[in-house]
Amino acid sequence: MKKKMVSLFLIAAMGVTMLAGCGNGAGTAGSSTADSSAAGTSSAADSSVSGSSTETAAADSSASVEEGKVVNIYCWNDEFKSRYEAYAKDLADKHGVKVNFVIVANDNNAYQNNLDAALQGQDAAATDDKVDMFLIEADYASKYTKSDYALDVVGDVGLTQDDLKDQYQYTKDIVTVDGKQKATSWQATPGLFAYRRSIAKAVLGTDDPDKVQAAIGDWDKFNTVAKEMKDKGYFMLSGYDDSFRAFSNNVSAPWVNGTKIVIDPNLEKWVAQTKDYTDKGYNNKTTLWSPEWSADQGPDGKVFGFFYSTWGINFTLLGNSLADANAEAKVGNGIFGDYGVCEGPQPYYWGGTWLCAAKGTDNIPFIKDLMYRMTCDKDTMKQITLDTQDYTNNQTAMNEIANSDYKSDFLGGQNHIKLFAEAAKKIDMSNISDYDQGLNEAFQQSMHEYFEGNVDEKTALDNFYKSAQEKYPELEK
Amino acid sequence: MKASKVRKPKHVSYTKWGYIFLIPFFSVYAVFSFIPMISTFYYSFFENFMSGLKMIGPKYVGLDNFVKLFTEGDLLKYTENTLIMWVMGFVPQILVSLLLAAWFTNTRLKLKFTGFFKTVIYMPNLIMASAFAMLFFTLFANNGPVNMMLMNLGLTKESIHFMSSTIGARSLIAMMNFLMWFGNTTILLMAGMMGIDVALFEAAEVDGATPWQIFSGITMPLLRPIMAYVMVTSLIGGLQMFDLPQILTNGQGGPDRTTMTLIMYLNNHLFSKNYGMAGALSVILFVITGALSILVFKVLMRQRES
Repeated sequence: MKKKMVSLFLIAAMGVTMLAGCGNGAGTAGSSTADSSAAGTSSAADSSVSGSSTETAAADSSASVEEGKVVNIYCWNDEFKSRYEAYAKDLADKHGVKVNFVIVANDNNAYQNNLDAALQGQDAAATDDKVDMFLIEADYASKYTKSDYALDVVGDVGLTQDDLKDQYQYTKDIVTVDGKQKATSWQATPGLFAYRRSIAKAVLGTDDPDKVQAAIGDWDKFNTVAKEMKDKGYFMLSGYDDSFRAFSNNVSAPWVNGTKIVIDPNLEKWVAQTKDYTDKGYNNKTTLWSPEWSADQGPDGKVFGFFYSTWGINFTLLGNSLADANAEAKVGNGIFGDYGVCEGPQPYYWGGTWLCAAKGTDNIPFIKDLMYRMTCDKDTMKQITLDTQDYTNNQTAMNEIANSDYKSDFLGGQNHIKLFAEAAKKIDMSNISDYDQGLNEAFQQSMHEYFEGNVDEKTALDNFYKSAQEKYPELEK
Repeated sequence: MKASKVRKPKHVSYTKWGYIFLIPFFSVYAVFSFIPMISTFYYSFFENFMSGLKMIGPKYVGLDNFVKLFTEGDLLKYTENTLIMWVMGFVPQILVSLLLAAWFTNTRLKLKFTGFFKTVIYMPNLIMASAFAMLFFTLFANNGPVNMMLMNLGLTKESIHFMSSTIGARSLIAMMNFLMWFGNTTILLMAGMMGIDVALFEAAEVDGATPWQIFSGITMPLLRPIMAYVMVTSLIGGLQMFDLPQILTNGQGGPDRTTMTLIMYLNNHLFSKNYGMAGALSVILFVITGALSILVFKVLMRQRES
C-alpha cells in the first residue's frame, strides 16, 4: 500500500514537472492565447453580481431588452477609467451592471494582440466574458472601424446625428466607414508647443505666448531659435521623437500606396532636422517616454519646449513638471506654472482615444448612455475640461471656455483652450492608413540609430523596411 | 507442487508496470511537444498571417517561406549574432567555472565556507532573466548609476551610451549570461571532478606532479564527458537566447540589429501572427539544434568506447 502511494506521488510529481517544462518549450506560439484566457478569467471573477439591483433598474430604464450584468471595457491605461469613475459612475447603478476594465499596456502591440484574441473569441465566450466596449487610438483606429467588430454608433448603438453634431468633424471622419460612424471620442487632440517661460525670458527676452509664437512660427525660425538656445546652454528639444508628429501629421500621402511603403518628403525633413539637431547638440538625445525624457520636463530640465497635444499637457507634462509627485499640484511644486503654450511651427495633432461598442455585446443600453454622457453631453464635457484641462470633443462647450476668462494655473494663467480651439479647426486626418502605428514606431526606432551615429541613413532605412515587413508581411519596399 | 503447476509463471513479470509508468510521460509529451512540433512542420509550408483583423491564408506555398528566410531574411546575420554573444559569454564562463570547481574540490586547499560560496555563485540563476535584464537596463542607462559613477570618478565626461554601440550591447548581454550561468556550470563541473578516483590524484602527488600537471593530465581528460555535456546544453541554451537581449534592447535587437537573436527574429513574426514564416524559422532552428546534439552525442559515445 505504502509503495503504491509513493509511486502515485512520483507519477504526480513527474507529470507536474513535465508540464512545467512545456511552458518553456511551447513558449512563443502559445503565449497569445494564454494572455486572452487570463484576461477572461479576471473578468469572470467579477461576474457574481447581486440580481436585486437589476430588477429595479429594468423598471426605470428605457430598454426593454434584458441587459448583461457585466460590462467589459478593454483599454490600455487608466485614463478612461478615471474619467468614468469621476463622471459616469452612476450609470452602472442605473443599469444594474458591474463595469470591469481590462487594462493591457500598449507596448509591443500587447493591447491589440489581447483585444484581437478576445474579439475573435467573442462568439464562443460566455456572456459575462464578452468584450462589450473597447478603446482605440488614432494610429490604428481604421483597423477596427473597418472590421465588423465595431458597431455603428448611430444605427446599432442608438445615438442620433443630433447628439453627435457638436463633435469635431475630423473625430467623426476618421472613424467613419461607408457612411457609418463606428466609434465616438470624448476628446479632440490638437497639438501645441509647450515651452518653459523662464527659458523663453532668458533667451528670447519674453514669455508672452504671442511673441514666442512669432519667434518660432515656422521651421526656419524654429531652427534659428534652436541655435540661440544652444548658445545660452539650453536644449531646443529633448530628443529625437519630439517633433515627429508635427512632421508626420503634415504628410502629403498615406504611409502605404497599395502595398508599397512610401516615405513622405515631410518625414525626410524630420530625419534631416533631427540629425542636424543631434549633431549640433540642439537636443538632449532622449527618446520618447524614456525616463530621461520625462526628467527633461521636470525641475532640472534644460529643455526649452515639447510638442504636446491636449492630453499630453494635462496628463503627462503636468505630472512630470512636479518636484514632488505626491504633494499638491500648485505653483511652488517643481516648475508648476512655468510652462506656456503656443501653436508652434506647424499645426498637428497627436493621439486621441475613441470608444467602440463591440459586436456581440449584451449591454447596448448602458453603452449608449455611457457614450452619450462622455462624448455628447455638453455639460459633462465642459466640466471635464474645467476639472482636468483636457480638451473635450464638444465645439460649443470648448468655444464657451475659449471665450471665457478661464485660466490654467499650470500654464501660468494662460487660456490654452483658446489656442486648442483654433488648432482643432486645422486638423486634417485624411492621410492616415491602417499601418500607421507599426510603421511610425518602426521608422522612429530605426532612425534613432542613425541619429546616434551607429549606422548611416541607408542602413537605417533598410532596417526600417525589414522591421516593416516583419510587422506587415504583405507590404513591399 | 501441484499448486505451482496450476499457477504457471514461477516469477511474476513486472514489465507491464514499466510501460504503465511510462504512459504519463508519453501522453504528455505527445500532446504538448510532439503534436505541436509536427504541426509546426506542417504550417511552415503555408502563407498564413493576420493583416489587421483580416486573416490571410492559410495558402499552401511549398518551400517559399524557407527560400524567403534564406534570401531576404538575414538569417545568417542573426545566427552569427546569437553565436557571437554565446561565445562571448561562454568562454569566461567555462574558465571561471573550471577554476572555481578545481578550488572547491581540492582537498589540500582546505577552503572554508565552501557551502556559502556555492550558494552565492548560484544565486544569479535564481533571479528571473527578465528582471535581471531590466536591472542591467536601468544600471547601464544613459543617465543610470553606472554612468553617474563613471562621471563622478572623472573617467568620462559625457555619459556613455552603452546600448547604442554593438560591442557595448553585446558585452552586456554576454556578461549577463555569464553571471547567470557560471554558478550552474561550476556545480556541474564539481560533480564531474568529485567523480574522479581520488587514488589517481594521490598517486600523481606521490610521483611528484605539480598541481598544474595534475589538472591538465588527470582532471581535464577525465572531465571530458561532463565538459561535452556542459558545452551542448549551453550551446542549445545559447541558440535559444531570447529573454535577456529582448528586454535589454526593448525588442529592437539594436544597434543595427546586431543583438537580434534567432528567437527574437522569430518573435518579430508574431506581430502579424505570421505562423508560416515563424514555423519555417522554427524548423530551421530544430534542424540546427538537432544536428549539434547528434554531433556531441557521437563524440561522447566515441569517448566511452576508447
